[in-house]
Amino acid sequence: MHRDLLNLARGDRAVRLHLALCLAAAVMGGLLVLVTAELLAGALSGRFEIWALGALAAAAAVRALLHFAQGMWAGAGATGVKSALRGRLLTRIGDLGPARLTTHRSGELVTLSGRGLDALDPYLTGYLPAVAVAGVVPIAVLVRLFTADLASAVIVLLTLPLIPIFGALVGWHTKVVTERQWKALAQLGGHFLDVVRGLPTLRAFGRARFQAGVIADVAQAHRSATMRTLRVAFLSALVLELVASLSLALVAVPVGLRLLSGTLDLDTALLVLLLAPEAYLPLRAMGTRFHASMEGVAAADAAFAVLEGETRDARRGRRRIEPGAAPEIRFERVTVRYPGRDDAALEDVSLVVAPGEKVALVGESGAGKSTLLHVLLGFVAPDEGRVLVDGVDLADLDLAAWRERLAFVPQRPHLFAASVADNIALGGDPALVRRAAERAQAGGFVSELPQGYDTVLGERGADLSAGQRQRVALARAFCRPSASVLLLDEPTARLDGRSEAAVVEATRALSEGRTAIVVAHRPAMIELADRVVRVSGARVLEEVA
Amino acid sequence: MITVPDTGAGRAVARAWLIPGSRGRLALAVAAGAVAELAAVALIACAAWLITRAAQQPPLAALSVAIVAVRAFATTRGVFRYGERLTGHDVALRAQAATRQRLYEALIPAGVLRRRGADLLSRMVDDTDAAQDLLVRCLLPFAAALVTGLTVVALGFVLLPAAGLAMLAGLGAAGVLVPAATAAVARRWSAAIAPARAELAERVADLVHGAADLAAYGAGDGAVRAAAEADRRLAALERRRTRAHALTAAVGVLLQGVTVVMVVLAAQAAGIGEVTTAVLALTALVSFETVLPLAAAGERLPGILGALSRLREVGDTPPAVRAPERPAPAPSGPMTVEVDDLVVRHAPDRPAALDGVSLTLAPGRRVAVVGPSGAGKSTLISALMRFVDPESGTITLGGTDIRELSPDDVRERVTGLTQDPYVFSASLRDNLRLAGPGADDAALGEALRRARLDRWAERVGWDTPLGEDGRTLSGGQLQRLALARALLCAPPVLVLDEPAEALDEETADALMADLLDATHGHTTLLVTHRLRGLDQVDEILVLENGRITQRGPHAVLAAEPGYYRDLWRSEALTR
Repeated sequence: MHRDLLNLARGDRAVRLHLALCLAAAVMGGLLVLVTAELLAGALSGRFEIWALGALAAAAAVRALLHFAQGMWAGAGATGVKSALRGRLLTRIGDLGPARLTTHRSGELVTLSGRGLDALDPYLTGYLPAVAVAGVVPIAVLVRLFTADLASAVIVLLTLPLIPIFGALVGWHTKVVTERQWKALAQLGGHFLDVVRGLPTLRAFGRARFQAGVIADVAQAHRSATMRTLRVAFLSALVLELVASLSLALVAVPVGLRLLSGTLDLDTALLVLLLAPEAYLPLRAMGTRFHASMEGVAAADAAFAVLEGETRDARRGRRRIEPGAAPEIRFERVTVRYPGRDDAALEDVSLVVAPGEKVALVGESGAGKSTLLHVLLGFVAPDEGRVLVDGVDLADLDLAAWRERLAFVPQRPHLFAASVADNIALGGDPALVRRAAERAQAGGFVSELPQGYDTVLGERGADLSAGQRQRVALARAFCRPSASVLLLDEPTARLDGRSEAAVVEATRALSEGRTAIVVAHRPAMIELADRVVRVSGARVLEEVA
Repeated sequence: MITVPDTGAGRAVARAWLIPGSRGRLALAVAAGAVAELAAVALIACAAWLITRAAQQPPLAALSVAIVAVRAFATTRGVFRYGERLTGHDVALRAQAATRQRLYEALIPAGVLRRRGADLLSRMVDDTDAAQDLLVRCLLPFAAALVTGLTVVALGFVLLPAAGLAMLAGLGAAGVLVPAATAAVARRWSAAIAPARAELAERVADLVHGAADLAAYGAGDGAVRAAAEADRRLAALERRRTRAHALTAAVGVLLQGVTVVMVVLAAQAAGIGEVTTAVLALTALVSFETVLPLAAAGERLPGILGALSRLREVGDTPPAVRAPERPAPAPSGPMTVEVDDLVVRHAPDRPAALDGVSLTLAPGRRVAVVGPSGAGKSTLISALMRFVDPESGTITLGGTDIRELSPDDVRERVTGLTQDPYVFSASLRDNLRLAGPGADDAALGEALRRARLDRWAERVGWDTPLGEDGRTLSGGQLQRLALARALLCAPPVLVLDEPAEALDEETADALMADLLDATHGHTTLLVTHRLRGLDQVDEILVLENGRITQRGPHAVLAAEPGYYRDLWRSEALTR
């Protein structure tokens, strides 16, 4: 079993129990084949009376019950493992925080934590029980065969290992070839998606129809390449199947001849005939389940890769600064580098923002303005230099307490799949929602929504325009009356004139009596500031008159 | 067999596999599969006969046929299974290719894909696998099981009618009722689970995409709890679904045991002898091995049919523009674009995206369009390239109404750099040549040089596939590649939609300067949000809320109050 997955399953009592029960039911169901064969052989040879048929029916009922139990517990175990793994992934995502999340591809992370883990199902509910059965049942069958008929048992014993040996041999021989082929196939298979995605571009140059012919050609090439691969890949299945069925013939024919000479009784002969295939079946079943389970292993690997690595560096700071008054903020030669990037995001930046001062940051995109806000928010820590809040190093502050004093409106605020009221009350006081919305110039459009403040937003919810989203985010900031520092990242980007005026007005009200740092592009927003600072090329900070 | 409901999905299914030339192959695959299954049953039946007959100690000659048959069937089964797998996959791949071809042709007219994200697009492409799944995982196993089941039941009736009846009942229940029940369970539960799954996806997306908001407001723990809660609800539903599926599978196993018992009981009651009894019992036992896997096929069927009906929906979506039956001859040479009182509306219940726009683009003139996002700039380009039809007003190209021209003819004449340009995972050469199929290397090189992409091209190479192994393009390089395409294409009317988007300031300035140089004297429509350099174009239109609010050269617009002057001032301030 996948090592990390095993540890995970062991750690959860319910999961451990469910998986153990599932495996036990699978093995018992497998072993019941021995009983069934015994009873059927006895009934057919006339050794057993009519009662054997009743027992046979009972055995079938028990087998069906075990089958049901196995499926049920497998499902419970699988959902348990998925939930446990998902829980750890979600906690991990929460721990990574916004800055480190950017090093992961967010779309892939969402898929992996959601649908992606479903790939574990075939592995947990199919492959694992098959492995358990393959480990126990062939041996049990062999033991019974040895006590019944030595000659047949020896034939099975000698041919049985051929299945894994041939499986490994054929697999080993074809692995390199097929892997190379599969890679080429994946590329060809990707071609169609590629063309469909690029269809707007093809259409723009009047080339869409022409490409239909190319698609047909590629499909043809894809098919013949696939068939070449499959011809080899299916060969291993052919060999295994031949081993199993020829072994059966190898057992049945001598048994028949020995019956003829009278050295074997019918009951034993029928038992051998019924049991011999059951020795091979579990191994072949395991083989066919193996391929389907590989995706699950890949999903588990991907999940544990996210879970690996350092966790959030423990916040050393426990200090709190006096709440209430607007603080002074001082950047002292701060340098920030993001992992995997050569250039520093901020380099040797020094800046002092007096208590209650409103500073506008201007400069081209990518110059480091947002990074400056992220340092203050504690999303990223300076690699060099320090940030002082009322003379206390930010690194020494209790981060949660410090963030309670901040009101932040990001460049692209995220609206959560929750009601407008919950979106505004995020981490704030629910009683203040309406007032905050009014002051953020959001009250008007919110009351026009179908269910007002109870309207659900998000991907599947009501669609808000960029300006409306921005004002909901501003209302969040208004919902924190205790905040003494205001951090706004381009609140008027992508807004039309009317929305812009509303947001500027709201920002003016919000920044009253607070220290405010506003990343701004537009003149109206810049005019709010006491001071304009230009950030350029991650480093040069200059005052603009 | 499960009957395919005679719905759209059913017709789509029929179309998917009935492609020319594969009917024979399909029959071959079905036959091979049936022979393989029959051989497996016959192997056991012969072995049972051999053993029970041998116990009666007849002369050896009486057994020789059975001995040969056992060996023959043992070999047949594997070989025919191999043949079935190969032909089955061959047919399936052909069906998939045909499905994809149809999907692509349905997508060619503009409009079908509007408002569909990239994620939805790849799901749709995944849907085309349904044709393959339908054949390999459903149709072939069902056909093989049907042939095997009927043969076994017929054998039963010949040997002992009562046993035949028991087999018919057992195999029929396990091969028809159980898969049908499984399909019903799968349909019911996937409908119940879909919302729970969507809710979980939403919570996880909130957690990932809203990380900054959550951290800043200290709401991260609550969001993790909400996601865990959604996961619990989904897990509870999934557990109940597995229970339902386990139950149907268990019924199949029970049916197998009961049928064997019934057959033996009937045979012993009839007193037909040990040999026939054993043959009947073992045949019944083994024939279930082909029937029981059908439950898994039933489980998949609703999903496959759903995928096929989604594909059909795509095919049924009406195109956004109506191509004329007999297109007018396309104009050639330098041509004037005349837009007169154009009104475009994307949906009947929405405000007009363009509301009475008029403009003239005479040969050799360059016109720039500026305005806030959502003002209708992209819609104007879509209308000019005939991706949308106007509600009223006209667009003429060289005097011909573009509604009388074939859309492809329009797009060969009015094109250039459009929004969201796409890089195919093909070589740089192929990526360029789609805009100029006949272009030689010198022309390609010249286009790259003018788009300031020549040094990058040297480094990457012309023939290595783009988009992998670190040969990914940055946003700026992508934009420059699109520009190189536009310059290579050199259409009579060049359209440039936000050419400097996603470029850093320095490159953007350089690119715009080069661009304005390169298009000198070329009929050009430039949509941009950057005003630097616009003093070189002949006319600037300011588009706001679907209307042209200002028009004139840079010097005039920069002096009069309005959007243009505001933007010009803020641009000066932020650089």
